[in-house]
Amino acid sequence: MKRTAIVGCGQTDHNGNRFDVTGVELIQEAVSRALQDAELTLDDIDGVVIGNMDHFEGINGVELWSISGNGGILKPTIKLTTGGTTGSTLAIGGYHLTASGLFNKLLVIGWEKNSESDTTGAITTAFDPVWDRLVFAGAISGLAVEASAYMRKFGVTEKDAARAVVRDRKHAVKNPHAHLRREVTLDEVLRAPLLSDPIKALDICPRTDGACAVIFANEDYAEKICPKPAWVLGAANRHPYAYLGDVEWYPLKSLDLAAKELYAKLGIKEPLKEINLMELYTPYSFANLSWIEALGLAKPGEGAKLIWDGVTDAGGALPINLSGGVLSTNPIGATGLIRAAECAHQIMGRAGERQAEGVKKALSTGFGGCFWSDILIYGSEKPS
Amino acid sequence: MTTEILTHPSRIKVPYTWSAGETLSRFFKALRDEQKILGIRCPRCQKVYAPPKKTCGTCFVECSEWLEVGPSGTLLSFTQASYVSPAHRSSKPFFGLIRLDGADTAFFHLLGETNLQSLKIGIKVSPVFAEKRTGSILDILYFRAAN
Ligand SMILES: [Zn+2]
Repeated sequence: MKRTAIVGCGQTDHNGNRFDVTGVELIQEAVSRALQDAELTLDDIDGVVIGNMDHFEGINGVELWSISGNGGILKPTIKLTTGGTTGSTLAIGGYHLTASGLFNKLLVIGWEKNSESDTTGAITTAFDPVWDRLVFAGAISGLAVEASAYMRKFGVTEKDAARAVVRDRKHAVKNPHAHLRREVTLDEVLRAPLLSDPIKALDICPRTDGACAVIFANEDYAEKICPKPAWVLGAANRHPYAYLGDVEWYPLKSLDLAAKELYAKLGIKEPLKEINLMELYTPYSFANLSWIEALGLAKPGEGAKLIWDGVTDAGGALPINLSGGVLSTNPIGATGLIRAAECAHQIMGRAGERQAEGVKKALSTGFGGCFWSDILIYGSEKPS
Repeated sequence: MTTEILTHPSRIKVPYTWSAGETLSRFFKALRDEQKILGIRCPRCQKVYAPPKKTCGTCFVECSEWLEVGPSGTLLSFTQASYVSPAHRSSKPFFGLIRLDGADTAFFHLLGETNLQSLKIGIKVSPVFAEKRTGSILDILYFRAAN
């Protein structure tokens, strides 16, 4: 197996609607920016992996439909899609395929144009047709149920969750790619219209049009392409359930198990101290509290304290979601890959105004499906 | 004892609104308002795309030189579908692969006022525009043999 790294990333200017472009043109925008970032041309690329959410744009063969924008003309072109975790599965796919040595330089693309469909209607088609679809479906209510159970178990409040929204939205102001770039106050979050108790409009991610492209290269090429490649140290994932009723709500079992596996593999004992930055697929406010407990950053019920203490703010000991996170931008099929791109750019020192200092280790996650989790850890040092 | 197997009929109905983007919108507006067919040239490989593309998929550079193509073109191949499909707008439609004069790429469209006997590969065809045009590819009703 070859060591492998991210050597270039490109993102579109994400927005609530990008009517100025078709999906293919949106994808092309991200791809050309990634090539530019890596100072490569399409001739350098061995293959293309692309993914988005099934049904979201009503186009079922996106790998072929988007070929003139995805750079795959006359190259091996593959589609990977796993629902909400699509973006992080794409990152793991890029890692696996280049680590195998069968691809040396691989272009990986995640994208979504949420403006083109009814997101909740499309998500419903991911659930079992004779059971969940009829009685419990859509993204928001599943998360609301998780939040209610978490609040009751630990006495966590809506205000605690609102503090995490304030953090992510504040970070987004410095990210030129972010969709929502206006700060919000605790009060605004708490007074926003109720969507599904206890989730209010500002507790949940927006629907975004956007694409992200990431170039992976293995050890034979990475350092020739990029002066400071973001090495992939490892990845883990857990896709445990198909029915919502089977989900174990606390701690988020899939993330808990994936994190334990990866920390053990990399010898990480105190993630809060050993990891410098995280980009988490936290699509709603409460996830920023309870899921960092699953990641081992705080004891059960104590995630909120970490948030209030500013540990995860820009300038804190472990900044989380310096990009503004998913609460500011959510082009679903791209979202997990954006997390990877943000970690990589932080390690490369190319994160612009949102750059953190001395990022040696970064962690990204993906979330989706039936409470599935993916996790990747990146490092500035070439693994031995 | 046999088990009664139940089925659950349903229908997936998700509304979509697809943007044509700026490039194709310009093409469709010219079709709707001026009954003109536009193509676009890749500055690198010089290929003329009709319908137009914002970027050339091979060269990966932006195309910006617009030009009028057609409206007549050459029939590169054709067929008639004699089976019934909900995707067909009429029964036994003719489909033609057409390359407009001045373009390097071809596209499929319907053929009308015709029969299998009179169609030949290589004949010239020209578009028949719809009276009420909405800015879609069906603003061309069909192509027919050019006189
Ligand atoms: Zn070209």
